[in-house]
Amino acid sequence: MRISRHFTQEIARAVIWAASFSTLAVMFWILYQVLREGLPLLHLSFFVEGPREMGRAGGISSTIIGTLALTVVAIVIATPLGVGTAIFLREYTREGRVSRIIRFGTDCLAGVPSIIFGLFGFVFFVIFLGMGWSILSGGLTLAAMILPTIICTTEEAVKSIPYSFREVSYGLGGTRWQTIRKVVLPNAFPGILTGVLLGVGRSVGETAAVILTAGSSFLMPDSLFSPIRTMAVHFYILAREGISMEMAYATGAGLIILILIINTVANWLLFRYVHKG
Amino acid sequence: MEDHFKIAIRDFEFYYGSVMALKGLNLSIRPNQIFAVLGPARSGKTTLLKSLNRLTDLIFGTNHKGQMFIDGQEIYGENVSLPELRRKVGMVFDLPTALPLSIFDNIAYGPRLKGIRERNRLEKIVSESLQAAVLWEEVKDRLQSSALRLSGGQQQRLCIARMLALEPEIIMLDEPCSGLDPISTASIERSLMTLKEKYTILLVPHNIQQASRVADRVGFFLGGEMIEEGSSDQIFTRPANKKTEDYISGRFG
Repeated sequence: MRISRHFTQEIARAVIWAASFSTLAVMFWILYQVLREGLPLLHLSFFVEGPREMGRAGGISSTIIGTLALTVVAIVIATPLGVGTAIFLREYTREGRVSRIIRFGTDCLAGVPSIIFGLFGFVFFVIFLGMGWSILSGGLTLAAMILPTIICTTEEAVKSIPYSFREVSYGLGGTRWQTIRKVVLPNAFPGILTGVLLGVGRSVGETAAVILTAGSSFLMPDSLFSPIRTMAVHFYILAREGISMEMAYATGAGLIILILIINTVANWLLFRYVHKG
Repeated sequence: MEDHFKIAIRDFEFYYGSVMALKGLNLSIRPNQIFAVLGPARSGKTTLLKSLNRLTDLIFGTNHKGQMFIDGQEIYGENVSLPELRRKVGMVFDLPTALPLSIFDNIAYGPRLKGIRERNRLEKIVSESLQAAVLWEEVKDRLQSSALRLSGGQQQRLCIARMLALEPEIIMLDEPCSGLDPISTASIERSLMTLKEKYTILLVPHNIQQASRVADRVGFFLGGEMIEEGSSDQIFTRPANKKTEDYISGRFG
């Protein structure tokens, strides 16, 4: 029996709808689960107090600061390196041996499990360079981890800028750097921001590499050399060691809210940027 | 002997990889003239224009032989500053490409690269350039809106204005009227006639009639070779070469 064209159309439609709805359903189920358990425990004091009794009581203020500090350090280090590499690959070299080696390297870096980054960070930054468990060690490690993502999204964005824009800029007496600064970077900005956001997501959610390089102290950090505990690590320890499931959920809810805030701000930035003209 | 020529090209050849795009070109162009580069597609017209301000340098794997002089200075020489060369030899491409910036910023792009920052000076340059390109009346009230919202013909004139803002000495126009209606075309052609008092103009006309209307001299190109060069009168009434005659009488191309 032949299946009619109309019927295959219907099947395709059903499969595609099912796929997108199950994605949404899973996402909302996770959100619902965490927020249902966590939200009732969220009070202002939870955000402004530090953890007490190993996290059984008190709040999560020091872990919020730790998360933000670690992420900022990672992004501040990885963004210029990643954007610079992508610009180098696209604007300064032709496809050749050098660009192939760099691209192979970043692809490999992207495939390395985070625990390996953690081990490397522990051996190199923490022990060898003597930085100890600190925001700096953790930030450098996470920077290495998110670098491939930023390189990749920036390169894609740079690649999609029409050649004619560059030709116009050079034709109007622009040097290579002027062309990059005035044409390439502004037009690649949305892509760069996407890469940075993916990087933020990975840093905020990372646990294994963070425990090995930034420690798990929940004291309020006072410098880049202080050890910290991020919210994700706090959540992990509270749940893994059976300290307090309630506080774990509350921390998880706080983490979700933090990520929502970061994404909203980034989207707003992007919207303003795209619609300013 | 080269003195009274603005542009002198001697035995110039140009290659994309192993493909020869211009062969054995000898050509001299006097200042304050409109030189029309005539020929069918793929005859080397755009290559000639782009090699005159070395935009061909952007393309990987190109090569040249021979020499090109502007004001007696060899442009493929060692101490040539490319930004300066490109400011001196401005170009408008066949596809109008407005940068995703405001109209004002598009025109001010070149002057700003040169280091001009003062608002008053930029405003003066922008308005003068737009007037010279016959676009001022249409856009003077919305200089800050995006150039991408202009129509195709307006974008083309924007590109001409943007190039004029460089205060070049030679201007090269690659089919500047390709997207224009007859009225805008006429106004561009009128402005070309005044522009040539200040500039030397290389024009790839978008049809033969246009070349006959505005050009002082015409070069006919075919397959990367200049078949014939002469005054507009001579080329269009008594072409010396059979191929030129066939082309201008519409038998091919």
